Amino acid sequence: MMEENEAPQLTEDEKKLFEDLMPEDLDEILDTGVNRRHFLKLLTLTGGGLLAYQAAAAEQVLTRPLSLPPEALPPSTLENAVDLSLRINGTSQKLTVDSRMTLLDTLRERLGLTGSKKGCDHGQCGACTVLVDGRRVLSCLTLAASCEGQSVKTIEGIAQGNTLHPMQQAFLKHDGFQCGFCTPGQICSAVAVLDEAQKGEASYVTGPVRLKAGAKPSPVRLSEEEIRERMSGNLCRCGAYPNIVAAIREVQSGKPVEQTWNFVG
Amino acid sequence: MRPFQYTRAQDVPTALKRREANPNAQFLAGGTNLLDLMKEDVERPDELIDISRLSLSQIKTIASGPNAGGVSIGGLGKNTDAANHPLVRQNYPLLSQAILAGASGQLRNMATNGGNLLQRTRCPYFYDVSMPCNKRAPGTGCGALEGINRMHAIFGWSEQCVAVYPSDMAVALAALDAVVKVQGAEGPERAIPFADFHRLPESTPEKDTNLNAGELITALELPKNQFAAHSYYLKVRDRASYAFALVSVAVGLELNKNRITRARIALGGVAHKPWRAYRAEELLVGKEATEVHFVAAAAAEMAEAKPLAHNGFKVELGRRSIVRALHMALNEGKS
Repeated sequence: MMEENEAPQLTEDEKKLFEDLMPEDLDEILDTGVNRRHFLKLLTLTGGGLLAYQAAAAEQVLTRPLSLPPEALPPSTLENAVDLSLRINGTSQKLTVDSRMTLLDTLRERLGLTGSKKGCDHGQCGACTVLVDGRRVLSCLTLAASCEGQSVKTIEGIAQGNTLHPMQQAFLKHDGFQCGFCTPGQICSAVAVLDEAQKGEASYVTGPVRLKAGAKPSPVRLSEEEIRERMSGNLCRCGAYPNIVAAIREVQSGKPVEQTWNFVG
Repeated sequence: MRPFQYTRAQDVPTALKRREANPNAQFLAGGTNLLDLMKEDVERPDELIDISRLSLSQIKTIASGPNAGGVSIGGLGKNTDAANHPLVRQNYPLLSQAILAGASGQLRNMATNGGNLLQRTRCPYFYDVSMPCNKRAPGTGCGALEGINRMHAIFGWSEQCVAVYPSDMAVALAALDAVVKVQGAEGPERAIPFADFHRLPESTPEKDTNLNAGELITALELPKNQFAAHSYYLKVRDRASYAFALVSVAVGLELNKNRITRARIALGGVAHKPWRAYRAEELLVGKEATEVHFVAAAAAEMAEAKPLAHNGFKVELGRRSIVRALHMALNEGKS
């Protein structure tokens, strides 16, 4: 993906297009790139008839990532700017951020990855859960600056191309959501829980955590109680918990899991 | 959040020098508590020195010194790694359990062992900058003393502060007689016995610990002991998971047949620091590990409690929790 605060070089055809159609904006476009306002204006203008060369150039511009407005200020205007280089969903990213930027705000506001959600912004709800170097963390309490050189995976990077991750498929099958706001965090967290259980990491409900002398942790089978404890950092206000638990149990066990319903009284 | 300069320290001496040069700087490790408090405008550093990449995360057997044969846990290791390390699960399952009782999987992956000890209180009056709080703004008074104090202290509080200390990990460390190794910019490494690390509020509640300004926690040392077979961390809270303790109890017992030869009990959620139940421990040593002695020890400890308007329930809850945790420890985690 292109670093969006760098003004992309326009081709000669594209320059001519803007010169012909939007001469008043040309200097700004050459300086800071095509922003949302330019894009909309071009879209309006090209709604009418265009010459062939204009159509081709316009199509190129319309399919290119936009230069985003205010947050894409040149680095010199950022107070306490930090240069940052990291991998996000397998792609290297270089950008300059205000030292106060959290990883969550960087993903959402700078990189357009709005899958990770801002629920509470205080580390209490889990909606912002992402994987950093393979481990689940809260991106709202992580400074982007501290992620230098690290590898981040968000909900956008969980599927393999058009093939959903088994956890995504299981969430669909079991209706592991209603409004869907907590779902990206739930799924990232659930994917990590499988890995943690496989590595033998214990939870507060794993029974005696004591290992015999010389023993190593062994994989943990995820009972309903284990899943509820391990997923307790991901809140769901719609209360889809029974379905989320069923989805995770199904993926770990590899066997279909019936939903269990408990009616009060 | 107020603007701050971000710097990443390449090694421990550089980090310490940088911190010494700027009294308004703070170390950034896991950041789970510090960043939250900065968003709330409670903490206002003008520089964060990122120490999270320093090589202070090792967990290993201590080869020499007063705690030889024990285990050393790096100050900048993650809570998840400390809880799951075979040396810890083999020798100090009480510590594993206490860590796993705290926070969530995500937070334990971020939080460091040293940072865990330096958590600030979760008292809502401390968090709300429009409220009086002697811990946040000395001299403004204590909002909780006459306010809503259901979650607050029943031991060791003062007129200046009734807040409780939130860590679960630290309650286990108190019971295990851990030693905190700290390093300042000048001088040699210091070793602080765990009981002296956190403080009671007295007239200076703004000071949570006896760590000097600019000192860094390099390691936690756990002396060798025989509590692994009979230990338990019981946490009682408003919901089953992901909540701070109303009362928690860390217990370690050494037994000769059914006679208690050593006992360690520490309580969480009841004071400004992990509360060692010395009185209960003394009463248990030399006694048979039976219900009647557990009840007597728990009652004697809780007799000293001074509850506030809304937290009287913690006295009975604490008494019952001590008895239950002793039974769980005796039966190797089975009730």
